[in-house]
Amino acid sequence: MAADVTPSDTRKHRRTARATGSASRSLWSRLALLVGAFAFLFPFYYMVIGSLQKEPDSSPSGAFPDPGNLSLHNYAAINSAISLGRSLVNSGIFTGGVIVCTTVFGLLAGYALARLQFRGRGTTFALVLLVQVIPFQLLMIPLYVLIVRDYGLADSYLGMILPFAINTTAVFIFRQFFLQLPPAMFEAARMDGAGELQILFRIALPLCKPALLSVVLLSFTGPWNEFLWPFLVTKRQDMQPLAVSLANYISTVASAAANPFGAILAGACVLAAPAVALYIVFQRRFTSTDIDSATKG
Amino acid sequence: MTSTTHDTHGPGRTAPGRGRTTAGRSWRLWLGGHQPIGMLFVSPYVLYLAAIFIYPLGFAVWMSFHDYFFAAPGVSVDRPFVGLENYTTVLTDPAVWRSFLNIAVFLVINVPLTVVGSLVLASALNKKLPFRSFFRTAYYIPYITASVAVVGVWIFLFNSNGLVNQALGPLAPDPSWLVNSHLAMPVVAVFVAWKQLGFFVVLYLSALQNVPNELYESAALDGAGRFRTFRSITVPAVRPATLLVLVLATITGANLFTEPYLLTSGGGPDGATTSPVLLMYQRGLQQGHPDEAAAIGVILVVLITAISLVYRRFLERD
Repeated sequence: MAADVTPSDTRKHRRTARATGSASRSLWSRLALLVGAFAFLFPFYYMVIGSLQKEPDSSPSGAFPDPGNLSLHNYAAINSAISLGRSLVNSGIFTGGVIVCTTVFGLLAGYALARLQFRGRGTTFALVLLVQVIPFQLLMIPLYVLIVRDYGLADSYLGMILPFAINTTAVFIFRQFFLQLPPAMFEAARMDGAGELQILFRIALPLCKPALLSVVLLSFTGPWNEFLWPFLVTKRQDMQPLAVSLANYISTVASAAANPFGAILAGACVLAAPAVALYIVFQRRFTSTDIDSATKG
Repeated sequence: MTSTTHDTHGPGRTAPGRGRTTAGRSWRLWLGGHQPIGMLFVSPYVLYLAAIFIYPLGFAVWMSFHDYFFAAPGVSVDRPFVGLENYTTVLTDPAVWRSFLNIAVFLVINVPLTVVGSLVLASALNKKLPFRSFFRTAYYIPYITASVAVVGVWIFLFNSNGLVNQALGPLAPDPSWLVNSHLAMPVVAVFVAWKQLGFFVVLYLSALQNVPNELYESAALDGAGRFRTFRSITVPAVRPATLLVLVLATITGANLFTEPYLLTSGGGPDGATTSPVLLMYQRGLQQGHPDEAAAIGVILVVLITAISLVYRRFLERD
């Protein structure tokens, strides 16, 4: 057989073999991706299912919804144990405070670092970079001593917010955004006699919506999910954000409850839902940029 | 670099302007720069950095060399300098050594898993792929979810009667995962890798965008297979990103607190998952020895810095 095939035939044959080989390999890799995605999403699915089960069912069949065993009972249980509403309000105030401080002061700092020439700019930027490498574990003890002991800010929103108030990543995002705006725009405004505040409010602010959105999302997930710091600061239950009150429930109360897992999973769903929803809704708008229109026309 | 040159305008030099270069103007320029209002704009942020990062950093180091204890507010107490006493106390404590050993076990499992996993995933997600945004979302979702929430599910999955053990049947480990002193730390390490992977995938994806396509085309012309292309083109091309991933994964790992606190109920079983930060919390805030906790913190940061420098040496070797 082999003697009959011409050289061109062998080449063609080899090429198709390679093509089918790579096609099957890419099929395998897609299958692997699918299995991986399943492993990443399954705990979330299981979280929802488990939170709806009246009786906890950890057998494999419990991974499928059973209409006879579904109820919102666990949500009522976790609500009476840690008062979900109050915890959500605390989480909201903590997160909202961080978002407001980060957007206001982060925007001012990012804009100034990108677009204004002032004495000390280089030093300030070096400081921003330096702060990035200071790990929180070293600051935990002194911050606790200062904020809780010296300033007496235990069980207060201010005490929770302070260490997170201005997110350095947000400063970077704003700086990066204003750097990529064409300098001509700002020069033109200055030529026309606009003051620096006017330029900030009339030109920079209306343009920075995409950056603003990513900063808001970024500074939402940080404090919303944060456990360690608010855990250190809040001892009173009515001041605890949801992450802290749920964690306390997991570590202490859960052993005494009838269906601890159901209640834990219900609390987990409530805690996870806002961040996941925000991400799914806004992930496409992350990259929207309409900057060209500002310089043309 | 050109942006900083304005800072160095001396009083004698003339600033570029509209011909009005009076001495007063250039003095003002030297004092404040072209837009001195910028100082006002950055001042809240600079004050914040000084109060929340710089001062506490110095305070932590100071505390670790002094006999520091909690006193009633407003009472001034003497806190004498004790030299290295806090350091000798913690370094002669087997529990401290145990916590550093635990975190070493954690890093040995977690960091390679994170680096390899995120690079492989990122290069798979960088190709043309149906439902690509679905996949990207799927791998990112654990990262944006609160640890406390997903820890709840993992406890449910990995407890002795959990789904994992039920599915494994007779193969289920005894004692179960989270109460088994050999398996608890690996589970924590896998949990953190799973949770953080999405972030590192995004980091690698942006690094992969900058790899010129011609490299892949010429590799395909040379008949290089998938694995060969990955090894000889992708891996070297994203080396700076790999350094970043290594350092960030190590820092995140060294910060480990929530998972051993909740997943293995306070560093159990038998202290097998006690991390240095958990120990700092117990020593410093629960037992009232913030000076010793600060010393543990300083040692931890020195170790992380040393590890990061080793990574750099290793990756920038050739």
